[in-house]
Amino acid sequence: MLGVVPFGLITGISAIEAGFDAVQTVAMSVLVFAGASQLALIELVGDGAPVAVVVATAAVVNLRYLMYSASIAPYFRDFSPPWKWLSAYALTDQSYAVAVTSFRDDEPSKHRRRWYYLGAAFALWGVWVVSTAVGVVIGGSVPPGLSLEFAVPLTFLALLVPSLKDRLSGLVGVIAGGVAIPAAALPLDLGLVAAALIGLTVGVLVDTFTDWADDEPAGETEGEP
Amino acid sequence: MSYDATTLWGIVAAVGVITLALRLSFILLFGRVDDIPNRVERTLELVPAAVLAALVVPAVVALDTSLALQAEPAKVVAAVVAAAVAWRTENVLATIAVGMGALWLVGMVV
Repeated sequence: MLGVVPFGLITGISAIEAGFDAVQTVAMSVLVFAGASQLALIELVGDGAPVAVVVATAAVVNLRYLMYSASIAPYFRDFSPPWKWLSAYALTDQSYAVAVTSFRDDEPSKHRRRWYYLGAAFALWGVWVVSTAVGVVIGGSVPPGLSLEFAVPLTFLALLVPSLKDRLSGLVGVIAGGVAIPAAALPLDLGLVAAALIGLTVGVLVDTFTDWADDEPAGETEGEP
Repeated sequence: MSYDATTLWGIVAAVGVITLALRLSFILLFGRVDDIPNRVERTLELVPAAVLAALVVPAVVALDTSLALQAEPAKVVAAVVAAAVAWRTENVLATIAVGMGALWLVGMVV
């Protein structure tokens, strides 16, 4: 939960530097509510990448929500549509992890499921939006000599390391990272997308055609709203 | 730097809508876990590692015009130290704090 605070601060600070205004930055945290994709899109906007590349990258970073949505859907099945929308909106790495771990073992009532999940999810939401806003406020007064922009890749690194849970994701990370170095020369900032796709493809091929990576499936990653 | 306010709003709105659609997908369609083929699920699980690695590495190491590897020692040291902290603690705040501290320290020495 508290890991969200520096993340929000950095999101706020770097968005202002990339040319977003204060309202847009806070609105982004409300509308998108997904830290890693926000940092990725801010980074690309700062680089002047084409709009299509920016949006596509952010979408790819958030693809895991498809998986969370599928996995958590049974627990929300008996909610009415407005509650389903609200629960879906508040779905994050953390709220997913909290819900799945606590709903899996015992079967709480609909009422308890709803309030437990939304309580956890919106507490996180509040911290996220407020820390982004604080980042916006202090962003203008940070001396440039501190190379604070390096906090962005460090944040990605903090999320990356726990996501390398097993041999296969380790392989995918090494290949994507390795390809990203020469691919950085590609026009339109396509290097990021190309490297991620190549890493992912190799991972899927290895997973499909060899038993090199057949270890037990891993748990959830967390640390990102 | 070069986008006007309308374009930035467009980007925020588009990413917001896509992200909400991804979150809503199965919840609204009332899908079940076994609707997702195992292959697709395994692939989706690998997405964070691929995307995050592709974001991190070029921020630390780059190729210069003669295709030689180029890296600021301070950034490399900071990244390695931060990775070790992330590995041990899985704590975002500690990773950033130690990484930035290492960057400043090495920057002063080098």
